[in-house]
Amino acid sequence: MAAKAARADQGQRQLELVAVAPVPPAAEPRFAAPPEAEPRRPKRRATAEQMATRQREISISEFFTKNRHLLGFDNPSKALLTTIKEAVDNSLDACEEAGILPEISIEVRDLGFEKSGELTKGEGRFVVAVEDNGPGIVKAQAPKIFGKLLYGSKFHRLKQSRGQQGIGISAAAMYGQLTTGQPIRVVSRTGKGKPTHSFDIQIDTRKNSPVVTRDEELPDWHQEHGTLVELEIVANWQAGQKFVNRYVEHTALANPHCTVHYVRPKQHRLSFPRATQELPKEALEILPHPHGVELGALMTMAGDSTSHDVKGFLQTSFSRVSSQVASEILRNASLKERLRPRQIAADRDLAAKLHAGIQATKIMAPPVNCLSPIGDALMRQGLVSFLSVIETEGPEGDDGQLDLDQVAKKKGKGKARAKEAPPPEPVETEAEEGVEKIKGHDYFIATVTRPPRVYRGNPFQVEVGLAYGGSWPADKPVELFRFANRVPLLFQRSACGITEAVVKTDWRNYLLSHPKGSLPVGPMALLVHIASVWVPFTSESKEAVAHYPEILKEIQLAAQECGRKLAAHIRKRQHADYQAQRRSIFELYIHEVAQAIGKIVGRSPDPIRREFMRVAGKVTEADLAAQDAKQEEGG
Amino acid sequence: MARMDAVSKKTVAKIEKLAESVVRAVKGGANPFVEIPVRSLANVRFNEKKRVVELGNQRQKRYFFNVSMAKKFMQTFLVSDACKELIESGKTTSIRDLYYITKHTIGDSKQNTFEEQDESDPIIEDIEVALDTLREELHLFASRKGTMVGPITIRDSGDTIDLRRMGSGGWGVPSIVEENVIQFGRHEAKYVLLVEKDAVWSRFNEDKFWKRQNAIIIHGGGQPPRGVRRMVQRLHRELKLPVYVLVDNDPWGFYIYSVVKQGSINLAFESMRMAVPDARFIGLSSFDKVAYKLPSNVAIKMDDGDVARARQMLAYPWFQAKQWQREIQEMVKSGVKFELEALSRRGISFITEEYLPTKLREKDWIA
Repeated sequence: MAAKAARADQGQRQLELVAVAPVPPAAEPRFAAPPEAEPRRPKRRATAEQMATRQREISISEFFTKNRHLLGFDNPSKALLTTIKEAVDNSLDACEEAGILPEISIEVRDLGFEKSGELTKGEGRFVVAVEDNGPGIVKAQAPKIFGKLLYGSKFHRLKQSRGQQGIGISAAAMYGQLTTGQPIRVVSRTGKGKPTHSFDIQIDTRKNSPVVTRDEELPDWHQEHGTLVELEIVANWQAGQKFVNRYVEHTALANPHCTVHYVRPKQHRLSFPRATQELPKEALEILPHPHGVELGALMTMAGDSTSHDVKGFLQTSFSRVSSQVASEILRNASLKERLRPRQIAADRDLAAKLHAGIQATKIMAPPVNCLSPIGDALMRQGLVSFLSVIETEGPEGDDGQLDLDQVAKKKGKGKARAKEAPPPEPVETEAEEGVEKIKGHDYFIATVTRPPRVYRGNPFQVEVGLAYGGSWPADKPVELFRFANRVPLLFQRSACGITEAVVKTDWRNYLLSHPKGSLPVGPMALLVHIASVWVPFTSESKEAVAHYPEILKEIQLAAQECGRKLAAHIRKRQHADYQAQRRSIFELYIHEVAQAIGKIVGRSPDPIRREFMRVAGKVTEADLAAQDAKQEEGG
Repeated sequence: MARMDAVSKKTVAKIEKLAESVVRAVKGGANPFVEIPVRSLANVRFNEKKRVVELGNQRQKRYFFNVSMAKKFMQTFLVSDACKELIESGKTTSIRDLYYITKHTIGDSKQNTFEEQDESDPIIEDIEVALDTLREELHLFASRKGTMVGPITIRDSGDTIDLRRMGSGGWGVPSIVEENVIQFGRHEAKYVLLVEKDAVWSRFNEDKFWKRQNAIIIHGGGQPPRGVRRMVQRLHRELKLPVYVLVDNDPWGFYIYSVVKQGSINLAFESMRMAVPDARFIGLSSFDKVAYKLPSNVAIKMDDGDVARARQMLAYPWFQAKQWQREIQEMVKSGVKFELEALSRRGISFITEEYLPTKLREKDWIA
């Protein structure tokens, strides 16, 4: 789980706050400062000294307990999802960084069920186990990764990675420890011939440091290399499973290079086989773009800089700043080139000047090779693979929840469930491009990957894919799957910029019905993915994308492009339906006509009918196209 | 009936020829069609010389392989087939009967060949024009509507009927009144009076108006059916009797007159057989309300539909005569219409004893 190091910065930033929370009381004069003299002075209630007695260090665990909602542990059902998410995101990041095609197993065990044979209703004890075939973890690192909350990435690392929740697996470990008292259990091996280590790791919540309570070598483990993480937590499977199901489905969808096994209480193991043998392009790390840097960050960066002068600092710490550009920035900021970065870090006014200078300077957009979109072809394969699992596993049984809630109840109940969904066979292309036949259902799939763009100095890229038809219900709003850096966003749909962009796109142009102010209605699932080194979220819970006009515009453009493909398909299909309908009308009447004419001319109707049928084949195609054209002109 | 046989043979041959053309087209791989003259206002014109409404040359091809035409194409041949059978078996039937003969469910679908008689009636007219044949030649007739009485003896299918002795009911005018069915015998009639409706005709009959005036009185129950129109034309042509038309003072009444006089749009192809260009409009004129002192409380207000219809008629080429323009404009201007019964306000037999005799005497009609 080396991915801890690859953790995104957003979450980390918040942790910085946690880190500075336990400040010595004396360093907090602001809060105790007497109010300024005012005409009517309120009575003093406490002295600084009195207050000082109440001020003490806040432990990480206390902070966590009070703020668990910020970290995704609001309630037992959401905690279940967050725990799984953290572990899976880490596994995926680690595999990708190591260049390994990920194969991940996600298991949820209901301890109550194992004891009593009945599924736990509501809250209860569960074990979440996530296993990967990743690079494994070096023995010395493991305790810190899982047992210390602030271990990991650098603040200024700009790289597209998952890590939506940021706080990482250690927060999940802490949640488990706080709710069940059980340590996190880790099994890891770094390669063939290397030993397999198994640890139990507890967090000393006062000191925020790991305590290894068990450390042994396993004689044998089935993974050549990889990591298994097991957490016992209080969770609510009954209420939370739909989120987990959705997360697993969508993770498989957005990560077509990954095989996901999913084991749930009292249910068969389910597998999403990978749709491609190709790892996504490695996301490169880039330096921050000057236009995306805020004042405080600028000061911190200056403090960290080893450059001799401010010009050198600008050139080495940012992307797209050449010597020339650096000089221009300084000219615009009216600062001397010889200024030391230390001085900037120490002087707020100087920093503000520099910040203004940066904003005033025209700077080339940041490099976009740092992004790793899913890509058109893989998005399509991901959708096909996803749909074949859904179609196979679909809504069966009562608790087989891996449904797309509203998919038609099409399955025969008694149908034997496939142990493993067959891999997406290279589907024989239909007459129409873009149509995939999945388990007997025709889906039209269109995907669009937009070129990278920049908002506030941050490169980002939008992808949209849609799957139309098949088993999707025609009278319900479309299913919207939102992703940020390949991680599914499952909450706060209506607060999300992605949703807004989709709602604002006029889908009536693309032959869907579209009630004003809501999602379009039709048999369709719509996938929107934003890849960025810095996905702007609306809040700390990182469940909705902020409404940046640049981003909304890109989503709309991508949606429109997909929509045009969709409209062409719908038109074609309508035409085909019309043709078929017409043909059947003709066939119906031919019998009558042949009969009547046969009687009139005194001959057998059969040859006449045959002649009619022969002409029907020819005429329905060509001549009718002309008639249609005429009709369209007229009408 | 030898002549009829010849006509029947000719009609059957026409039907067969139509069917053969379809068989040939299909054999050649073409989209088969039936060519039918268009029966709409766009394709009729007023022949000034003959003073009748005539069908133009516009023809419409009814293709089989065309979604909107396929059903009608099929229906056309169902009706053709049924007519051929009728002719060959020497029977005649009503168009309603024909509807039942040809109606059935198609295959194992839920569709019927015809849903309503409204569907089969126009098909019959289509075949009439397409084959240039008459309804009676197809051995079809419409339901009987219209009654006649007067100083004339006729022969109907071999029976001699004295129309002076028809009691209160009168003689029902059959749908087919061709020479081979109806022949005229002895008569003392001086003119023919066609009234719009049954009720008014009854008044004339009860008052023995026909006896006093030596007139044949006939009504068509509103828009007169073909039988009545053909009968009026024959009386006019063969017995040289002038024809007077007495209708309500409303656009509908005027239109009835115009149909009697020069034919209708829908049956423009039959105008030559049915129109009486010399027919005279005797009443009820828009100016009669003043001339015959009709109180305003017997007037009926024209509704929007009436006004629109009147305006439409102002534009018809066969209503361009000055007198007609005056009539219609007066009606529109006053905004009221009158039924013939309004005259009863002046006395129950005012219409037969005063109104009509006065009008005739003063030659107060429009020709």
